Amino acid sequence: MSMTATAGRAHADPHHIGVVVEHPGPASKRIVTAYGFWVFLLSDIVMFSCFFAAYAVLHGQTAGGPSGAEIFEQRNVAIETVCLLLSSFTCGMASIAADVRNRFWFYLGMAVTCVLGIIFLVIEFREFADLIARGYGPTRSAFLSSFFSLVGCHGLHVSAGVLWLLTMMAQVFAKGFRADVLRRMMCFALFWHALDIIWVGVFSVVYLLGSAV
Amino acid sequence: MLGKLDWSAIPFDQPIPLVAGAVVLVAILGVLIWVVVKGHLPYLWHEWITSVDHKRIGVMYILLASVMLLRGGSDAIMMRIQQAIAYQSQGYLPPEHYNQIFSAHGTIMIFFVAMPFVIGLMNLVVPLQLGVRDVAFPTLNSVGFWLTATGALLVNLSLVIGEFARTGWLAFPPLSGLSYSPGVGVDYYAWSLQISGVGTLVAGINLVTTVLKLRTKGMNYLRMPMFCWTTLASNLLIVAAFPILTATLAMLLLDRYLGFHFFTNEAGGNVMMFMNLIWAWGHPEVYILVLPAFGIFSEVVSTFSGKALFGYRSMVLATMAICVISFMVWLHHFFTMGAGPDVNAIFGIASMIIAIPTGVKIYNWLFTMYGGRIRFATPMLWSVGFMVTFIIGGLTGVLVAVPPADFMLHNSMFLVAHFHNVIIGGVLFGAFAGFEYWFPKAFGFRLDERWGKLAFWFTFLGFYVTFMPLYIAGMLGMTRRLQHYDVAAWRPWMIVAAFGMAVLTIGVICQIIQLVVSIRNREALRDRTGDPWDGRSLEWATSSPPPVFNFAFHPDVRGEDAYWDMKARAQQQSLGHEKPEYHDIEMPRNSPTGFICAFFATIMGFALIWHIWWMVILGGIGAFATFVVFAWRDHDEYVIPAEEVARIDRVNIEERRSLVSMAGAI
Ligand code: HEM
Ligand SMILES: [Cu+2]
Repeated sequence: MSMTATAGRAHADPHHIGVVVEHPGPASKRIVTAYGFWVFLLSDIVMFSCFFAAYAVLHGQTAGGPSGAEIFEQRNVAIETVCLLLSSFTCGMASIAADVRNRFWFYLGMAVTCVLGIIFLVIEFREFADLIARGYGPTRSAFLSSFFSLVGCHGLHVSAGVLWLLTMMAQVFAKGFRADVLRRMMCFALFWHALDIIWVGVFSVVYLLGSAV
Repeated sequence: MLGKLDWSAIPFDQPIPLVAGAVVLVAILGVLIWVVVKGHLPYLWHEWITSVDHKRIGVMYILLASVMLLRGGSDAIMMRIQQAIAYQSQGYLPPEHYNQIFSAHGTIMIFFVAMPFVIGLMNLVVPLQLGVRDVAFPTLNSVGFWLTATGALLVNLSLVIGEFARTGWLAFPPLSGLSYSPGVGVDYYAWSLQISGVGTLVAGINLVTTVLKLRTKGMNYLRMPMFCWTTLASNLLIVAAFPILTATLAMLLLDRYLGFHFFTNEAGGNVMMFMNLIWAWGHPEVYILVLPAFGIFSEVVSTFSGKALFGYRSMVLATMAICVISFMVWLHHFFTMGAGPDVNAIFGIASMIIAIPTGVKIYNWLFTMYGGRIRFATPMLWSVGFMVTFIIGGLTGVLVAVPPADFMLHNSMFLVAHFHNVIIGGVLFGAFAGFEYWFPKAFGFRLDERWGKLAFWFTFLGFYVTFMPLYIAGMLGMTRRLQHYDVAAWRPWMIVAAFGMAVLTIGVICQIIQLVVSIRNREALRDRTGDPWDGRSLEWATSSPPPVFNFAFHPDVRGEDAYWDMKARAQQQSLGHEKPEYHDIEMPRNSPTGFICAFFATIMGFALIWHIWWMVILGGIGAFATFVVFAWRDHDEYVIPAEEVARIDRVNIEERRSLVSMAGAI
């Protein structure tokens, strides 16, 4: 979107400061969609920050139960992180493929993203199941409540992302790279990358700092 | 099979809610039958329920708010009567019923009256003021509205099936935790707010994007009408604050449903964290409500003074300052909970700082009126009434923002008086002013002035008679939420307040009569010009009610007060309208997505409240399926051909031409 400076009109605006920058009118649909979705993502990040805050407040409240250092397994978390970061890369590849209308690379990129996402979810699920089996479920202490909620909330987002991803593949299959499908793809990519950013937060605040204590 | 739901959920032993519920049920059934028998159902379905037109959605929001105002108002009447007679007696309401009433009253008034009212007005007006055809995401807009309606429906359902929370409108734990509130009351509260909160967030995203990305040509930021600015500020606050509410309620629900320990007394839970989180949302929330009202007053005051808004830029600055500062004062709601003097002092000072931009606004309104040609039409009356009332509310706000004073006044009737002072005198007066001001735009005829003025005076006086005594009772030590009391000194004030409530009620009745009378006389009150108040911003440039596409052309804005400018230019150029060239217009198609989503959300919410798990899953699948089906649609727009646009627009142009030439003749 370009702003055009029309100095000739300067006097139409009584408050003009040097050059008047005229607003060119409504933005294109693509920009509006992406912008709105971006605003949504910001609000989602605000929600996450509440769970982060709760974790920060409660992480010491173990009520005689285990602390973070006792239950976190660095190896699992490392694999999870690699999966998610890689999946962001493949998701980017799929977006580029969509932009140049290349079906093969689009499907491949999305499929790999999907597999990586599912591996991430399986590892997380096993971690949770294992903790619960050992009696360290979210009801054990406030620390564990906040841990399960924060990490689980991210996991729920990833699950929703996988569902969305599959829907996107089906849409491209059924409708091709139509303008509205492409706009949706753009939103999906934004969503998936945002999950990555949040995971970096989870990884650092929960697992790295948590293990150090 | 039905979870916790059985016959004991229906309070057969309590006549009041049952009778009230029965009356409402009969009324709803009656309306439904009337609609079906008269054959209005297809019209309602195609023109309203599935409509994605921002104007229609705005009207439906306001309708919802008005209905809920009556519900919340009857709660208020019951409470005032109870406190007037409950001196050394039990009164007529059993305590747990009284507790439900004040919780429902606060919840309803904030979430289902004030919020939908201001969101409705913003929806209705902002795209028109920006000179555009629609909001950024029309279908999502409809989803947002219907989710709000779902929340309202669930709250009302609690009247006859089960119970409502007895915890106050913010459901503080540990009282709202499972051990102290084992019933479904808090679940009703939390799920209805959770669902309607999603609707509000959607509306917020929509309006932020609309204001930032969809303005018409030449509508620079510093040419936007004030109402658009306050809409922007208010919706930025929604986007930033409502996720906090969502997260907080999610934590409370996890505590209640799955035995988590966020806010419990055991296993390390932290109740203070709830206070911090809920008020980090709650304080911005009061500004989410009042900022749009400030915008309405700015529009009304400048229109009815026949002058441009004084200090437009300082007004913008003040709005954005309030937007930012309102996030930094939340702790003043729990000064008394032991955060220590340093923290209290910082938050006390931060709170008082908000009074500065608010004061700037008040002075700007006064200076706008100064030297203007003022017309005291009904919207202007509400605005002037607001200025007087809100100053009192703001001053008492600054008073309770002084920590030592707050130790005396916290949770007293003084506080009740303060926030009613700002919310009724600020938000509600603003909503009424906006309602009177934009009604002709929405429906094409004015409201009856005589009944409007009566409504104003009764409401205004009733407000003072009801709430000034509460300040005094608070200073005499009366705490809030008392079911009954033994202190003789409080009693006279409670009786005066109950009397004031009666006066207020007359005001509301006048407003209903006004509506009925105006609809009856609509031919006499018809406004063909589309510009009944000699307005200054673009919503008055189109016909009333506006066509679906709002404007045949995107208006080209050259300065502040866009429409005023156009009128002035048209007069100078002796109405030099060349034959305009019309183009096809694409508009979004109607869609039942919003309604169907809300249908499943209602099922899911109800099932969650009563622990009917299979139904929860069914509702979830239904909602997801709706979205996929919606995403699968092939045609989401239809085309209005250029000839049709021309035909509709020509009428408007003719009317306007005669208007301008008449004004020129005078
Ligand atoms: C100069 C501006 C204001 C200041 C300094 C201020 C200050 C305060 C303070 C300190 C409290 C807490 C008192 C206590 O709990 O003991 C309070 C409560 C409240 N205020 Fe204000 N206020 C201002 C404006 C407003 C406005 C504009 C609104 C609404 C539109 C509002 C709505 C409320 C509500 C609803 C409560 C009570 C919440 C509850 O405890 O249930 N205030 N205010
Ligand atoms: Cu506050």
